[in-house]
Amino acid sequence: MAAEVIKEKSMILQKEMIAKLFDDLSSAKDTGKKVVYTFVPGNLSELIHAFDMLPVYPEINALQSGMRKQSGSYIRDAEKFGFSEDVCTYVKCDIGMMLNGNIGPTGKKLPDPDLLLLSYTGCFTFMKWFENLEQLYPGVPVAMIHTPYQEGGKITPEMTEYMVKQLREDVIPKMEKVSGKKYDETKLKHILEDAAKTEDLIVKIFDTTKNSPSPIDAYFAGVYYIGPINIGFRGTPESVEYYTELYREILERVRLGLGPVTPEGEVTERYRLVVEGPPNWTSFREFWKLFYDHGAVIVASSYTKVGGLYDDGFRHDSTRPLESLSEYCMNCYTNLNLPQRISHLKKCVTDYRADGLLVNSIKSCNSFSAGQLLMMRAIEEDMEIPVGFIESDLVDPRYFSYSNIKNRLDSYFQMLEQRKIITKEIKQNIPAQTGI
Amino acid sequence: MNKYYLGVDLGSTTSKAVIINENDEIIGRGITNTRANYKVAADIARQEAIYNARFNFLKRLLKDEIRIHPEYELYIKDIESVFQYLQFKKRLDSLLEQMHLTTSGNFPEDLKLEVHKNITGIFNSIEPSIRNDYITGDLGSKNQFFRDIVNEKYTEEVKKLKIDIFEPMMLVLDKSITPVENQLFEFDFRALVYEAMDILKSKYDGLGETVQTNDPSIHFEAELNLLKGNYLKITDSLKEHIESVAGHEIHISNMVGTGYGRALLPFPEDCIKSEILCHAYGAHAIFPNTRTVLDIGGQDTKAIQVDSYGLVTSFYMNDRCAAGCGRYLGYIADELNISLNELGPLALEADKEINICSTCTVFAGAELRELLNIGESRENILGGLHKAIVMRAISLIARSGGVRNEFTFTGGVARNQAVLKNVSDLVIKNYGKEIKINIHTDSIFMGALGGALFARKNINIELPKNKSKAVNKEVV
Repeated sequence: MAAEVIKEKSMILQKEMIAKLFDDLSSAKDTGKKVVYTFVPGNLSELIHAFDMLPVYPEINALQSGMRKQSGSYIRDAEKFGFSEDVCTYVKCDIGMMLNGNIGPTGKKLPDPDLLLLSYTGCFTFMKWFENLEQLYPGVPVAMIHTPYQEGGKITPEMTEYMVKQLREDVIPKMEKVSGKKYDETKLKHILEDAAKTEDLIVKIFDTTKNSPSPIDAYFAGVYYIGPINIGFRGTPESVEYYTELYREILERVRLGLGPVTPEGEVTERYRLVVEGPPNWTSFREFWKLFYDHGAVIVASSYTKVGGLYDDGFRHDSTRPLESLSEYCMNCYTNLNLPQRISHLKKCVTDYRADGLLVNSIKSCNSFSAGQLLMMRAIEEDMEIPVGFIESDLVDPRYFSYSNIKNRLDSYFQMLEQRKIITKEIKQNIPAQTGI
Repeated sequence: MNKYYLGVDLGSTTSKAVIINENDEIIGRGITNTRANYKVAADIARQEAIYNARFNFLKRLLKDEIRIHPEYELYIKDIESVFQYLQFKKRLDSLLEQMHLTTSGNFPEDLKLEVHKNITGIFNSIEPSIRNDYITGDLGSKNQFFRDIVNEKYTEEVKKLKIDIFEPMMLVLDKSITPVENQLFEFDFRALVYEAMDILKSKYDGLGETVQTNDPSIHFEAELNLLKGNYLKITDSLKEHIESVAGHEIHISNMVGTGYGRALLPFPEDCIKSEILCHAYGAHAIFPNTRTVLDIGGQDTKAIQVDSYGLVTSFYMNDRCAAGCGRYLGYIADELNISLNELGPLALEADKEINICSTCTVFAGAELRELLNIGESRENILGGLHKAIVMRAISLIARSGGVRNEFTFTGGVARNQAVLKNVSDLVIKNYGKEIKINIHTDSIFMGALGGALFARKNINIELPKNKSKAVNKEVV
């Protein structure tokens, strides 16, 4: 592996975009820009932009705090404040950060919210989270959009109608009031056009893992790739530029037959995996290393769909602006029912020719973790592929046990290896072990 | 040259070694307690497996004689017992020396003298007693390992002394036993076998004086009596075979290490395998129709699903909590001040079902004391505790995908009859009577066996990665 990693143009672009967003946020009170706190799954960032407001995503701040090793003390502060050990650690990390002056990932203070926009999708904790924020920021208006769960496995016209009604009657009026601007549908339509372009590009990017070797890791690098689209840039020209550049770079890797880049250089692909569940952020590098040391490349992951699922053709649609925003919310991965999630994962295994499925079950995250064992069983039985199960947490460093995870992963990779050997034997017609 | 393959399973409580031949037949087994120095534990287990292999060869060579005179098998068994005693004796001598050294460096002068005197006295008394246990085969399954045997006998003697000397006496043992346990002794198989035969001579010659009335092991005595008259006849042919067996080169062509401490084994990286794969592979080799494996080890419990080739398709393990592992039983045994091997039989005597709610080892201990206080019998409490540990395992199996036919139970805890009974009952209750439940006398060796099988297979497969690092190491 090469010791040095050359920064690609896309990486520089992303860094600049994020730096600018946080600069804008830190000066928001001076420039008069209004700030909306909202969540990544089902985020209405196009609508926020249409009102010239700036988004703040508490989960992004929490994961950034996790990666910067600050989440441990934030969580402890939140627990001291009265939160139980069992509460979602994103929430506690976020509350802890606010209790400590709300200093964001770039070291600059984040502005207080002008609007709390809750378009929760499949995660009931989001509701409780914003109830807490409401108490921390008394008087700040709350707009809540109730996203119906895809319990029946599909989005019905009534569901869309119900959502559009909420947007028209509650969300948009509140946004008009906070921003002091009239709702401008023409402006929104332009933004949605760029959103669709971004979505086309991200689907193509994650589709490049069909190549062998896969040019990218769709989980560990994937979480960086989804950064711009998930923190409010979807629907901006910058985002179209970023994803165009990223796609170009990845295609170049495909042309050269290169594997994914890791912090220690290029990895030689040995196993192709699909991963279900978010990663651990507090030991992200260590966690990643456990995979690339074994040549395990993630060819698809459900987590990278957390901010929007575009694989099956959904695009924001400028001809149906509010309807497509509604459908986008309802189509988020955590808002799918279990059979839909199973079928999505199975499709990933098939389409990306994965050797196995691995579940990282997150202690904190009910919306992801509930039902994961059932999903894993169903996929194992149906597809007869090796499945693995590891457990960690999002941002609570106390729940990342390196040796336990390593032990399980080592076993899992050996399972995959053993399968390769025996499959080879079977092909060569060598009889299987039949007892002593 | 015959090729042999070694599997070492370095568990949290015991270290196991299995040697197989090219036909995948187990030819030797060795087991010892895991200790601070993992390499020594692995080496002792391996050494034992090699000695055991030689005794097995001996039995094979004497096959015809044994068929005509079944009592000869007892003779070989006796020789193996005394052979083990002689190894034990060497370590015991070293311990005695170490204890005197520890005493000299630790206590005030007046106390030193007393401790020295007591140590000498105690060793003079426990050494013949241990020797007698080995020779008469009285050691049973009660205590297997050096540390356990010495601890029990020594503590018994110290308790007879004045109360104020108790602590210094125990301190000396505690400080001395670990370094001695971590020593590796080399033995000459041939010389040790002859020495064992000499010792046995006096046992058999003295048989005339044995009082035989009211002895329940009448069959055993009958064999001994037969031996008394006959063992000398076998000695000549035995000597010839001992020469051949002692000279037989046990060439270990490849080895695989597994278990909790596998990463610390002095094996090349490619020769280290996960215990999940090894347990599954060992279980599948013995019972080829195995589809679900439950392994309860000292420090973790694993539920493993395998396919028809012995390939692991999924597994679930508890690696965060000791409730449901062997250590839980160890803790309970300590709380009740009885040996681990007594737990199962006592639990089977329960006449009433007690529900132990605790899912935590430490709090189960608290619950146990509470139940004792209110007058519940030890047997009933132990019955409840055994059920509690098995309930944890059953829930783990459910999470791994349930029980598929056939079901094989492995690991050290499978030796506990009460656990076995509860596992069988609950598997049948939850998954139906048609589930075939497999238990093997070698259940504790399944991981090591799986390792040995992998060691053999790796050579056949010639993985490019493994080929260059294949180990060709002479062991004896």
